[in-house]
Amino acid sequence: MSTELLAWLLPLPPLLVFIFIILFTNRSKGLSHSIAIGAALLSWLGSMVVFFRAIQTEHLGANPFTDTINWIPTGDTWLQIGVWIDPLSAATLFFVGWTVLMIFIYSVGYHNYGQPQGDHDKKGLQPHGATVADEHGHTHVVPSIEPMYARFFAFIGLFAFGMYTLVVSDNLLTLFVGWEIMGLCSYLLIGFWYQKPSARAAMIKAFLTTRVGDVFMLLGIAYLYSAIGSLSYSVIFKPETLQMLAETPAIGGLLGLSAAGMIGILLFIGTIGKSAQWPLHVWLPDAMEGPTPVSAMIHAATMVSAGVYMVIRMFPLLSAGSEHGLLTPPMMLMTVIGAFTAIFAATIAVAQNDIKRVLAYSTISQLGYMIAALGIGAYVAAAFHLITHAFFKALLFLGSGSVIHGVEHGVLHTGEHVDPQDMFNMGGLRKKMPITFLTFLVGGLALSGFPIFTAGFWSKDEILADAFGHGHWAVFIILAFAAFITAFYTMRQITLTFLGKSRTESAHHAQETQWTMTLPLIILAVFAIGIGWFGISETFPIIGGIIPNFVHEFIGSTLEEMPEALPFNIWPLIVSLVVALGGLSLGWLVYRNQKAGAEDPLKVALGPVHTVLRNKYYFDEIYDRIFVRPAYWISDTFTNQILDKGIIDGTLHFIARIASSVGGILRNYFDKPIVNGFGDFVGEGVKKVGRNLKIIQTGRVQQYLIMALVLAFGAMFYFVFTFLQR
Amino acid sequence: MIPLSWYLIFAALLFCIGLFGVLVRKNAIAILMGIELMLNSVNINLIAFWRYRDPDGIAGQAFAIIVFAVAAAEVAVGLALIISIYRRRNTVVADDINMLKW
Repeated sequence: MSTELLAWLLPLPPLLVFIFIILFTNRSKGLSHSIAIGAALLSWLGSMVVFFRAIQTEHLGANPFTDTINWIPTGDTWLQIGVWIDPLSAATLFFVGWTVLMIFIYSVGYHNYGQPQGDHDKKGLQPHGATVADEHGHTHVVPSIEPMYARFFAFIGLFAFGMYTLVVSDNLLTLFVGWEIMGLCSYLLIGFWYQKPSARAAMIKAFLTTRVGDVFMLLGIAYLYSAIGSLSYSVIFKPETLQMLAETPAIGGLLGLSAAGMIGILLFIGTIGKSAQWPLHVWLPDAMEGPTPVSAMIHAATMVSAGVYMVIRMFPLLSAGSEHGLLTPPMMLMTVIGAFTAIFAATIAVAQNDIKRVLAYSTISQLGYMIAALGIGAYVAAAFHLITHAFFKALLFLGSGSVIHGVEHGVLHTGEHVDPQDMFNMGGLRKKMPITFLTFLVGGLALSGFPIFTAGFWSKDEILADAFGHGHWAVFIILAFAAFITAFYTMRQITLTFLGKSRTESAHHAQETQWTMTLPLIILAVFAIGIGWFGISETFPIIGGIIPNFVHEFIGSTLEEMPEALPFNIWPLIVSLVVALGGLSLGWLVYRNQKAGAEDPLKVALGPVHTVLRNKYYFDEIYDRIFVRPAYWISDTFTNQILDKGIIDGTLHFIARIASSVGGILRNYFDKPIVNGFGDFVGEGVKKVGRNLKIIQTGRVQQYLIMALVLAFGAMFYFVFTFLQR
Repeated sequence: MIPLSWYLIFAALLFCIGLFGVLVRKNAIAILMGIELMLNSVNINLIAFWRYRDPDGIAGQAFAIIVFAVAAAEVAVGLALIISIYRRRNTVVADDINMLKW
């Protein structure tokens, strides 16, 4: 099969699975997950084949695998769609294929396949556990199977379709289609337990917040189409097109931007929404209401990465017109937003107690890293970090799901009322859940950039080195500080969750999860370490060059001009070592002796600052004041009460009252006296005449005869006299 | 020869007697008898006019015979009606048979 045809077919199996489960197999849980995993496996296999063919192809960046067909006729031309496999999409396919497959398998265990039906489980609520009796007659409460098991696999199938479509597409239109399909799936899956009010609120928040970005992105796409008449990458990335766009002033000449700058900024706002960058970051932490595989897949590994993927993909456009290393306006904006988000979200993560929320803020922060890296032109470093982050953050999320599952098992066993997601209720899980512990440790170390071994170190180091090497001092310092905080909160999380002693009975009775959950963890852990070795800078002392810097060679070749590898500099390396190790040890020192029920030491140390961080800088409250309440005010008080009920209804009521009084006049002075009067007069008159005449009808035949006789005589006399007078 | 006017005067008197009977008698059968008198006075007129004005034709005699037939049929129907009323209401007085009114 040709690579192009294979790329066409990649998104298909998950879509078919979605349709198939919805229509046919939704009653059979086992069949539904079997075909879903089968489809994920097919797409994974296809992705791997495409990926390995791609890395064996010379000059793939200049001559990507591509194939187009005409889709929608637009006057005398066509909107074309097609597939486009260049090094960037091949690498993305690699991590998408792996993480999607792992998460599909993990979902089987996460939703308690093989466990009994719950005692009181309802559709739209988390399973609450089932009571079973063992052979000795003791009853136990064990986890129960998810009531809407098949629906979950249908949704993630549709999601996988969206992601594959986005990655293989060769134009912004189908990319946007995939982007929106994922937005829909994200909405549906955040609200998967739709009977929980918090889940409902979170799904609406996620949908509306990302929609803000998407509208701007659509504007950008429309602008691009009106400017060059095509949305295909092959047209957009032509040097002539880029130069033309860079030299044309934007519509209205806004802020002296070029058309390329304007389009770039609009597209980037789409990324701000999708990748949860400040100021549209608020939806992602709330999205943790969804099931954990969803948090891992949609809100860490693939969908939020799609935002970054899109800006990496559009990098030639974003950087069009950049000369002598100067940043273009979109890049400047990306640098500022990315760096700010990186530090901003990291500081919030420090003060969160929910194991998944820490990871959610960590995701926002790491995505900010990538955006900032791309902003300063570190194309390869951004893509590299995107790939490593997808693996280790999926690993961390799945690990946290496994932890929650283990603690929930303890909660069901002991019957305690504790929050199984609060890290302060955990502790000492390393002995109960060894596989989860080891893999989570690998993920956590990768996230904090533990030197040499982990993938996160190499990608993060490359970003820092790029910032340092190109002289972006502010970015360098901010990102280094963010890396320090990242290491600190990661170690805080690991220490609170796994180290020390159990702080609750539930944690004491936690249990390792089944193989369908641990196997994906192990596989992802291998990648969280190993993937970094393919991106070691060749100028790195001692170990540089043992494995060629494959990532740089391969992904860098996507661009027209290969970005040059930076010469090695010791300072960023030292800084990155210091922040990673310093943050990790500080986290361990502060939290190693955390007692049950004790205050968070950070709260004691930071005081009111901690409160601000804990409340996420009050962004939810601020947005509530600025946007949500005014929106309610406009729709309820203004539109409903004043405009609709007051003005529109008032006008209508006024007209109605006039019409009513005109009608009343007509009725009283025309209809009743004249029209009705005439009708009544005729009727009454006839009645009166009849009443008066009826007395002559006596029923006696002889009287009739007399009358007839009298009349006959009368008539006779009349005629006789009339004719006689002639 | 007796002049034609005598016959006509006699027929008119007979007609008036019949009419008087029809108008004033209470018994329905007597009313029917009055009607017979009126029909026969007409027959006398028909025969008299035939004899004095057109003795060669037969139209006068034919009309008289048709009137006999009609009178016989009328008496048959009338008597049947009267018997029917008598069976239902036990009376043959015309003034009591006044159901056909408002």
